[in-house]
Amino acid sequence: MKAIPAGTVRAFLVELVIYSALVIAYFFLVLHFVANWINEFEPRHIKIYAVVSIGLIVGQAVLLEIVTTWLMRRLQGGRSE
Amino acid sequence: MIAMLFPISHSEISPIYLAVSGFLIGIMGGFFGVGGSFIAGPALRLVGLDWNFAVGTDLAQIVGKSVVAAKRHRALGNVDLRLGLIMAFGTIGGAEIGAQLIQMLKRAGNVNFVVSIVSITVFTSISGFMLWEGLATRRSQKRRGLQGKRKDKKSKEDESAFDHIAQGVQRLKLWPMITLPTSGIKSISLWAILFVAFIGGVFSGFLGGGAGYIRMPSMVYILGIPTHLAVGTDLFEIVISASYGTFTHALKGNVDIMIALVMQTGAAIGAQIGAIATQYFTGPKIRLAFVPLPLFGAAIVIYTLVTGHKI
Repeated sequence: MKAIPAGTVRAFLVELVIYSALVIAYFFLVLHFVANWINEFEPRHIKIYAVVSIGLIVGQAVLLEIVTTWLMRRLQGGRSE
Repeated sequence: MIAMLFPISHSEISPIYLAVSGFLIGIMGGFFGVGGSFIAGPALRLVGLDWNFAVGTDLAQIVGKSVVAAKRHRALGNVDLRLGLIMAFGTIGGAEIGAQLIQMLKRAGNVNFVVSIVSITVFTSISGFMLWEGLATRRSQKRRGLQGKRKDKKSKEDESAFDHIAQGVQRLKLWPMITLPTSGIKSISLWAILFVAFIGGVFSGFLGGGAGYIRMPSMVYILGIPTHLAVGTDLFEIVISASYGTFTHALKGNVDIMIALVMQTGAAIGAQIGAIATQYFTGPKIRLAFVPLPLFGAAIVIYTLVTGHKI
């Protein structure tokens, strides 16, 4: 096993804290409202629900990846300065 | 813990529990190239979800997580795109068969019992096999080290005790034969690839997730794909197969997308950590570290099966 640089571990821990705060905010601002709409939508339009489900999960994944990547760059940039 | 109501699956689950489960599953996905369904399915069962919802919802959260992990592995050069696209055909067919089996059991009213028994059997078998193979490979490496027969570093890191099986499969002349330059395979039957993909697809549709726990080892041991490429290609494959699995399970009323969305918030960061961690470990060590994880999932399923309780 190669040694994992201490800076990398530190960066991940800092990222984890910032990310957790962002996710909590996202949870209350977005998911809370999406939930009501989805719950009413699912029994009436099951085919559209199936497509929308994939769209939502992929969209959220891409969004969260952009956020985590941005956080990593900021943290790594901050260390090198 | 504060519980949130999920009306589609008629369940009340803590969002913190879901996010933390997603985080742990995300690390596994990025590191081992598996969807983590041997933890995700049992984790959802543990909070009272029926297996049909656990399978469908797990597939949905895996779509998002795999997009993130596969993109990272692609950037690291760990994806054989040609192999992944060919495998998608076999996996989609298998996933539909798996989903139909779940529907049959749901109608018969014994989905929880049957899927529990199958998952315990599969998870313990995988752990036993991976442990045995990992130890055999390490013994073989040590023996060769003592004899002074040194191979080049790359092949030593990635050798497997089942190399002879992969070589035998690659020698099978079952037309059409194809080449996989990225994986370093000069000739292999298309049917061998489709067979491995189909079996993985059935497990994916039946037990949820991407079935990386069976596809990834099969790619290494049966097809002879290098471990790092098998990890990345498997994740790419899961994006396609889990998308189809989500769609077909959603049509059958087995997906609670809100549960998947909450789980995915934790999985996104976990996948990033897992993918980077693969750079610090070699092939056999990755496989040995994998051993306890399916056993942990099996233990949770046994608990829910024996006690009938949820936490």
